[in-house]
Amino acid sequence: MTIMKKLLTTAVASAMMVGSAQAEISNDTVKIGYLADMSGTYRDLAGPNGLKALEMAIADFGGTVNGAKIEVVSADDRNNPDSSSSTVRRWLENEDVDMVAGLVASSVTIAVTKLLQENDSLGIVSGSAASSITNEHCTPNHIHYVYDTYPLANGTAKAVVQEGGKEWFILTADYAFGHALEGDVTKVVEENGGKVIKTARHPFPTSDFSSYILQAQSSGADVVALANAGSDTTNAITTAGEFGLTQSGQTLAALLLFLTDVHALGVNSAQGIQLTTGWYWDLNEETRAWSDRFMEATGVRPTMVHAGIYSSTMQYLNAVKATGSDDAQTVRKQMMDTPINDMFATNGKIREDGRMVHDMYLAEVKTPEESENEWDLYKIVRTIPADEAYRPLSESKCSLVSSN
Amino acid sequence: MTMILGVPVAVLFGQLLLGIINGAFYALLSLGLAVIFGLLKIINFAHGAMYMMGAMATVIMFDALGINYWVALFVAPVIVGCFGMLIEYFLLRRIAGQDHIYSLLLTFGVALMIQGILTNIYGVSGMRYSMPDLFQGGFKLDFMYLPYYRAWVIFMALVVCFGTWFMIEKTKLGAYLRAGTEDAQLMQGFGINVPLLISLTYGFGVMLAAFAGVLAAPIYSVNPVMGSNILIVVFAVVVIGGMGSIAGAIITGLLMGVIEGLTKTFYPEFSSAVIFLVMVIVLLIRPSGLFGKEA
Amino acid sequence: MGNPVDPGDIQKSMIKDEKADKRRKNILNLVLLALLLVAPAVIYPVFLMKILCFALFAVAFNLLLGFTGLLSFGHAAFLAAGGYTTGYLLSTYSGLTTEMGIIAGTLAATVLGALFAVVAIRRQGIYFAMITLALAQLVYFGFVQAPFTGGEDGMHGVPRGHLFGIIDLENNLAMYYFVLAVFLGGYLLVQRVVGSPYGQVLKAIKQNEPRAVSLGYNVNQYKVLAFVMSAGLAGLAGSVKTVVFQLASLNDAHWHMSGEVILMTLLGGTGTLLGPVFGATFVVNLEYQLSQGPLGDWVDPILGGIFVLTVIAFQSGIVGEVQKFVKKNLG
Repeated sequence: MTIMKKLLTTAVASAMMVGSAQAEISNDTVKIGYLADMSGTYRDLAGPNGLKALEMAIADFGGTVNGAKIEVVSADDRNNPDSSSSTVRRWLENEDVDMVAGLVASSVTIAVTKLLQENDSLGIVSGSAASSITNEHCTPNHIHYVYDTYPLANGTAKAVVQEGGKEWFILTADYAFGHALEGDVTKVVEENGGKVIKTARHPFPTSDFSSYILQAQSSGADVVALANAGSDTTNAITTAGEFGLTQSGQTLAALLLFLTDVHALGVNSAQGIQLTTGWYWDLNEETRAWSDRFMEATGVRPTMVHAGIYSSTMQYLNAVKATGSDDAQTVRKQMMDTPINDMFATNGKIREDGRMVHDMYLAEVKTPEESENEWDLYKIVRTIPADEAYRPLSESKCSLVSSN
Repeated sequence: MTMILGVPVAVLFGQLLLGIINGAFYALLSLGLAVIFGLLKIINFAHGAMYMMGAMATVIMFDALGINYWVALFVAPVIVGCFGMLIEYFLLRRIAGQDHIYSLLLTFGVALMIQGILTNIYGVSGMRYSMPDLFQGGFKLDFMYLPYYRAWVIFMALVVCFGTWFMIEKTKLGAYLRAGTEDAQLMQGFGINVPLLISLTYGFGVMLAAFAGVLAAPIYSVNPVMGSNILIVVFAVVVIGGMGSIAGAIITGLLMGVIEGLTKTFYPEFSSAVIFLVMVIVLLIRPSGLFGKEA
Repeated sequence: MGNPVDPGDIQKSMIKDEKADKRRKNILNLVLLALLLVAPAVIYPVFLMKILCFALFAVAFNLLLGFTGLLSFGHAAFLAAGGYTTGYLLSTYSGLTTEMGIIAGTLAATVLGALFAVVAIRRQGIYFAMITLALAQLVYFGFVQAPFTGGEDGMHGVPRGHLFGIIDLENNLAMYYFVLAVFLGGYLLVQRVVGSPYGQVLKAIKQNEPRAVSLGYNVNQYKVLAFVMSAGLAGLAGSVKTVVFQLASLNDAHWHMSGEVILMTLLGGTGTLLGPVFGATFVVNLEYQLSQGPLGDWVDPILGGIFVLTVIAFQSGIVGEVQKFVKKNLG
């Protein structure tokens, strides 16, 4: 019976699709699915607080769009692509979810974007770092919003080489993300006249970095770059401090560092580290105001991912409102046509490969004297313009790029 | 500079020393496991969680009550040890005498619960804890810079390891312990409270883990999952040493630290797996581990 | 003990009991089969397929734990070996039909199982568990390093392809009935093995290994065979899972997966045929339901609590407890 019912509704639905133009919001509901790591390694950078950011966006939007309800469903991705893909398949096929937000671990993101493409639905990736998501894994059904490995390498490495750090030792987490970052950094370092003299790949995760720090010290490199993430990075930084790496004249460059990581390290251990970020809560009046509200709801300051989730959800809802449709391609096109100007980005633009390009910031962690409170962590050294930060379309391997 | 396989000898010395330091850490952690298994025949999969609780307790006590490192060094293990005794009293006791595997599953479940609950409260990014002032700085050796704190870690770990070994193998209390756990009825007959003895033993093993946790707090990222990664490595150490052998756990711990350190120099990618290779080889040659008793 | 009982009566009533038992079991099996056949009309098929894959995995594992008494802590290696092999072959050779890919995956896991068995089989109890864990960790390292697995990113976009080159498996219903058939095949194979004279020897080994040795059985040979079969079936589960989800990931090879299958088996009831099926259904479903709801971040503590509860209070597992209940009240 259920099958009959389903067949019937599908038939009716498709009949309606043909009848009316695409300018319809299906079921009179815009349904957003939030998928992120709620309990594992990546919990703090998106996680439950990302869901809060998403809900803030919906509340600020007014809770409805063109009279249609906005609903949210959420799930823990367990950092597991199978669990995530069964969740998302069900969302797309049975629960009429219109947009999937969050998306952190790259294995999960790649699996989900394939499903989105199959079902011609839309996803906005805020948490993942891999630049391959809009390169070889690009689809016409997702947007990569906050940051990726390309500007991380580009921003930090370029700045450090230009300041005179010519010889590099790279400590890489031995998995796809680390390798990608290592490759991007090597390229940037060499292009700017530097040289990578040694790399060491450590297993993921590692708790004791003393051995690698010692190798880095004896390598004689000017710069020790950390191409890893999360607790690997914080452990390596702590150990570098303990072994006096910077006192002996070497520069420490962390390529991916979230606000939560720096907060965990504290300014004592992290001071002076340069990093690239897509956003910081204390950039200007607007970011501060939003962050205060976020902090009221969650008790912590937002990471760039939290801010990105809020901003991208707003952009999405605005596009739905403008087109009166929740059809993936209609909305995506509208989003691509609309420059993004909000608390997250100035003149942000979504490119044809799905990459949202916006200005990035080269930041330095404050010293204990400069830092006024536990979240007063960065000073912005320089703004990296959007077109300089991200991988240019001319180098893209994405099949959607018209020049390819 | 003299080189061995493309690595300067001085660096190699440094790596060996670091290996011994890490090994002392492993020894301390596997010691607790070996005590618990050797005396109680419990496979304690909650050991990593107990280590983590020791570190978390140190940080939390400092943040909330201003309790400093030196006090934490004693207080945190005692608190965690008492918690362990509660687990023994309410849970492990019910499955005493059953197949080992049940204790493994039970403690694994306990570890999942503790980790999950703490993750929800404190997040996973880690908590900051600074090095006690006394330990700022280090020795400038010929071949490397050795932070004072690392020297302290190796000193403390070796003292505690040796003390524990001595207590269990060489003193009267140890003899009671071994007897009480081997022939409970007999000891009960002598008027010794065996259930209490068992609780205390489990509590003591857990205390050792928590002690390692306190030692770790200033140098490693303190977060609720820090124990789950180290758990199976420590398990491997105990198995290689011979399950239940106290001396075996200590010696193997040091040995594995060194082997891991050398792997980190020559083939870093393999450093987290090398211990399992050693385990397979050892078990093939000596079925009950390097220092194991049973055939 | 007062009344003398005629031994013949006991035997008769035992036969009768056994017959009634068998009839009950047959009815139960038929009901379950019927439910499985109509299930996709009510429950989302991909989710059902996931359950079936894990159920097959747990059934394979239970052949070892429940019927031979060997605890492997490395079964994730076989699940992943099957999955990666199938995934790699199907993505690389487009001419390959789906079932060929699955067979190849199963074979790969079987070979790996044989390697494990040769190394591990002479060890007993906890040492057996630990050596399988160690071997599985080495395999995990291999998968992290091997370029074809995609490392941490995983292997994606595996085509479901056509079964026998004819039936399009992109259709979820077709896929479902195929998975169901594979599952039933695996299940019946294990049932057959357990019921055969060979299975009796396995049980004898489980109960008392020295006695089995003294009876003249080459115990190790029996154990190796059971291990290899279990590994092969675990690989089959992994292969099918890869086809269903069109991806293979490191999660399948991680030691947590080896722990999860122990939980499934234990929770359902070791040593019963249906136990692991129920256990897998329960765990997969629980994880899914929890990860969706407001308790999303409480999955681990709740799973942990279930572990503890099972060990303390329901050691015979769901099916075991039901059997006990039935015996007590209806037998």
